[in-house]
Amino acid sequence: MPDIDYLNSVSKQVRRDIIRMVHAVSSGHPGGSLGACDYLVALYFEIMDHDPANFSMDGKGQDIFILSNGHLSAALYSVLARSGYFSIEELASFRKLGTRLQGHPGTDKGLPGVRAATGSLGQGLSMAIGAALSKKLNKDSKKVFCLMGDGELQEGQVWEAVMYAAANKVDNLIAAVDYNGKQIDGSLDDVLPLGDLHKKWEVFGWKVIDAKGNDMQDLIKSLQTAISYTDKGIPVVILLHTEMGFGVDFMMGTHKWHGVAPNDEQAAEALNQLEETLGDY
Amino acid sequence: MTQSLIIEKKSTRAGFGDALLELGERNPEVVALCADLTGSLKMDAFAAAFPERFFQAGIAEANMMGMAAGLTIGGKIPFTGTFANFSTGRVYDQIRQSIAYSGKNVKICASHAGLTLGEDGASHQILEDIGLMKMLPNMCVINPCDYNQTKAATLAIAEYVGPVYLRFGRPDWPDFTPADQKFEIGKALCMKAGHDVSIFATGHMVWIALQAADELANQGVSAEVVDIHTIKPLDEEFVINSVRKTGCAVTAEEHSVFGGLGDSIAQCLVRNIPLPLEMVAVNDHFGESGKAMELLEKYGLDVPAIVSAALKALERK
Ligand SMILES: Cc1ncc(C[n+]2csc(CCOP(=O)(O)OP(=O)(O)O)c2C)c(N)n1
Ligand SMILES: [Mg+2]
Repeated sequence: MPDIDYLNSVSKQVRRDIIRMVHAVSSGHPGGSLGACDYLVALYFEIMDHDPANFSMDGKGQDIFILSNGHLSAALYSVLARSGYFSIEELASFRKLGTRLQGHPGTDKGLPGVRAATGSLGQGLSMAIGAALSKKLNKDSKKVFCLMGDGELQEGQVWEAVMYAAANKVDNLIAAVDYNGKQIDGSLDDVLPLGDLHKKWEVFGWKVIDAKGNDMQDLIKSLQTAISYTDKGIPVVILLHTEMGFGVDFMMGTHKWHGVAPNDEQAAEALNQLEETLGDY
Repeated sequence: MTQSLIIEKKSTRAGFGDALLELGERNPEVVALCADLTGSLKMDAFAAAFPERFFQAGIAEANMMGMAAGLTIGGKIPFTGTFANFSTGRVYDQIRQSIAYSGKNVKICASHAGLTLGEDGASHQILEDIGLMKMLPNMCVINPCDYNQTKAATLAIAEYVGPVYLRFGRPDWPDFTPADQKFEIGKALCMKAGHDVSIFATGHMVWIALQAADELANQGVSAEVVDIHTIKPLDEEFVINSVRKTGCAVTAEEHSVFGGLGDSIAQCLVRNIPLPLEMVAVNDHFGESGKAMELLEKYGLDVPAIVSAALKALERK
């Protein structure tokens, strides 16, 4: 049985890390990171079968994850460090010259846990499909997970990938959408609406699950359901109904914190709302 | 001249945004498209003032380029706005096919070029865009050096008929050229006359080149600093005359050593007046996260790098 309280306490700490990381360099993307970090915690601390101490690029025999919306790097790095891929002290180097914790995840600095360079939106799902096909060729029964932003779905390449995966029964793949309804210039509905997203994925031939993206219990249940749908000839996607900025009251209900770091006062105010559960880095 | 004044800092992208607003008032045919980066490109004033002439494409740059090409068919003058990597590499075939080969009057306006966008890192720091764009037939490539020049260039390209790649940056940067300048596409500008070495610089590097020239003067070297805001078409006559006078040259750009200004100047010199040339550019590398000035230093795009390149060129005379 998953220990929901423990997972929630990890999420709290990850949220603290996110705020402290972006505040320290006055740059980065707190909004999406805060909203999607519960999903990452559920994956890395409960769902995925992975071995942080023995990271290998090929990921053979392990579940692997690709962060397509690479601007959520702060959330990913915190979760990777907190699950043991590298020391939590290294989080302090985020976005600083010479760091392995680049602004967007990259593979050129050798950071354990990162297998794809992302940050240019719309490319991760294609890579995840490739990785899933590679697993099939290797007779590796582990899964590939991929997270995308909802604004990111406006990129045409995403839908090329969506069509391919369904047509070619890439069924060892679980995609997820950080469905927060917001992007840089405003709400998706104002910028470029996605319409009925659930139906869209469905008519493209995917199995679609809606999940409460900031409810750990529901996330675990949805991920378990998603896994039960794999290996049945149909790719699976989870629509994560999240809130941008979740956990910090003044960062919620707006797109303004997509890519803006809090100043000293705001960071203190945010940290006040986030309990230190596992110890700050 | 360069150090005595207190010079205000303003971003080149703000120059673009301010000029775009002015163009909106001046020319009803001017339209603008953006791919979810309205604030970053400083296009929000235009979008607010002329909502019916502003097209929010969403995060879909390929479609944006195609729509821009199509808008010219009805006689519009479209200005597209997104970051430099999403303005070029991301949509290269759309630009090649629908804009350059089709000879469409689209102004591809690209912010956050080069290393100086800083912390977002290599994924966003395209250092190949000048090369990509100048290789396209029909494409004019412009990289102004400061706020005032970017503003003037933006106004000028609206008058020019044909596809243009206008490249500018993110950081606040010294605004040292005149506010009322007339921008002539394809005309090199002498920023400081000299007789020992010609420094051809583009974009943010013009300011750094001027600092380097001061430093060289302290060492008894008279450097000529030339602002090559238009990389294509290159002002070959100016380049040849300058190097004929000085006898050697240095190029400086916030771009890869391959395919950029250095390449263009090298071609020009080899064909016309083969004299020593040193290039200050990023040496076959991706960028990384860091502060703008830290990155310029790490990748050898700073004053000492230009000074030593100049001394090396002089030695080879
Ligand atoms: C190809 C590409 N175009 C534009 C950008 C700039 N950009 C970074 S994040 C972003 C908005 C993404 O929206 P969404 O996927 O909803 O993420 P959220 O804002 O919810 O975190 C944009 C336009 C980019 N990184 N890549
Ligand atoms: Mg979003």
